[in-house]
Amino acid sequence: MHWGWEVLRAIVGTVIIFSGVAVIAAMFGVLLERKISAWMQSRLGPKHVGPQGLLQTVADTIKLLQKENIVPSRADRLIFASAVVIVPLAALLDYVVIPFGTTRWGPLIFRDLNIGVLYFAATSSLVVIGILMAGWGSNNKYALLGGLRSAAQLVTYEVPIGVVLVTVALMAGSLSTVTIVNGQAGAHHLWYVLQQPVAFVIFLIAATAEVNRVPFDLVEAESELVAGYFSEYSGMRFALFQLGEYGEMFAMAAMAVTLFLGGWLGFSFLPAVLWFVIKLYAVIFVFMWVRWTYPRFRIDQMLNFSWKVLIPVSVLNLVVTAFFVIVR
Amino acid sequence: MTGEAIVFYLLAAVTLGSGVMVVTSSNIVHAAAALVPAFLGVTGLYILLNAEFVAGIQVLIYAGAITVLILFAIMLTEGGTGLGTRQRNEQAAVGTAVAAAMAALLIAVAVRTGWAPPPAGAVLPSYTPGAIGQSFLRQNILVFEGTSIVLLVSLMGAILIARRED
Repeated sequence: MHWGWEVLRAIVGTVIIFSGVAVIAAMFGVLLERKISAWMQSRLGPKHVGPQGLLQTVADTIKLLQKENIVPSRADRLIFASAVVIVPLAALLDYVVIPFGTTRWGPLIFRDLNIGVLYFAATSSLVVIGILMAGWGSNNKYALLGGLRSAAQLVTYEVPIGVVLVTVALMAGSLSTVTIVNGQAGAHHLWYVLQQPVAFVIFLIAATAEVNRVPFDLVEAESELVAGYFSEYSGMRFALFQLGEYGEMFAMAAMAVTLFLGGWLGFSFLPAVLWFVIKLYAVIFVFMWVRWTYPRFRIDQMLNFSWKVLIPVSVLNLVVTAFFVIVR
Repeated sequence: MTGEAIVFYLLAAVTLGSGVMVVTSSNIVHAAAALVPAFLGVTGLYILLNAEFVAGIQVLIYAGAITVLILFAIMLTEGGTGLGTRQRNEQAAVGTAVAAAMAALLIAVAVRTGWAPPPAGAVLPSYTPGAIGQSFLRQNILVFEGTSIVLLVSLMGAILIARRED
């Protein structure tokens, strides 16, 4: 029963990824965001639900689950409802190729695809469709504008991310994420952040733009567009968009760790998975630090920055890397 | 029926079903959105054929970029609604003729091909990104460069048309 086994494996994997992302990325991520923003603004943040406010987002989720599901009367019901599924789904699919650690039996990964990095780029590009459908289906001018801005932004910043992924794949000689991490192991192989600092910075900037966070949050700029593409969503549907957004952010951070920070590699006094988690939260902290520090870009600045700075620099970096890979 | 056959028929049904929706839906945004399951169905067929690289590219380029471009174009025109667009115009007869000719050609090729199973011990050509890159830059370099020139010219043309007003 080879096929039955595969289907069962896929179902179990889906359940694990969904619950893991929902609890660790969405619930804990939102709490972390509120606590860090409070710390940066000399406030206390959530404090009353549970010890030190730890259960605040659990309470928020239960509240959202109970809320009424409102659909605008002139919305396109089919598109409006299916957009909610696409955004979190695209974020969850990213986790298939992320190696979380290593055990005696081999790396801890759902599937070590030999096109791992390409798979990551492909699935994370599907988010845009969900966002555009949400913006159009709501029949609301703010939502539509948010969706259009988002499409422009995501398509623009996919290009530098793609070039950076190719650069790292060139260094490792493979598209597989496990091979990329193994390429950074050993005394003679430095983490790629040290060999490719430019690519690392470009990846972080473009990843921030891909997940629509400040300073690239003009997609959902509160002061102009209410909440952008998900203005009309309420209750659990709103929660699913939050899940997709935080899931995508954690996936991008996990990819940054895998590509540049040596994945699960670390000193042997801590287990490999823990090293991965520590690095993951370090990158997440950088994302949050940036969010609560910088003001928002204007749309022309945002587009110019990618087309006139990030893309030329990343392509130049790729050419130089390719030269040294051939010479080596 | 083997598991492979079941998956094939499922994927074919998804692809054809959403394909029919693309050409029949009177709402142009629905038609564009229905392209996504059609492309993903084709992706599944590629994976079934062990062509992972093409499958990844299919999702990245077709589902992720082409569909977004189409949706983007629809939403920037027609006042952002795209409702009530006619799916047919006066060229329906020509279109039917071309489609029929194309279908006849494809069916003829499919019927005439032998489809014999590979002889025992034969090795399939390697199908890795590396092999595809070699093929692009060695045997098929002329086609590859020709395509790049076509893309470059269309890019420049688009910029020229877009900037004409100033």
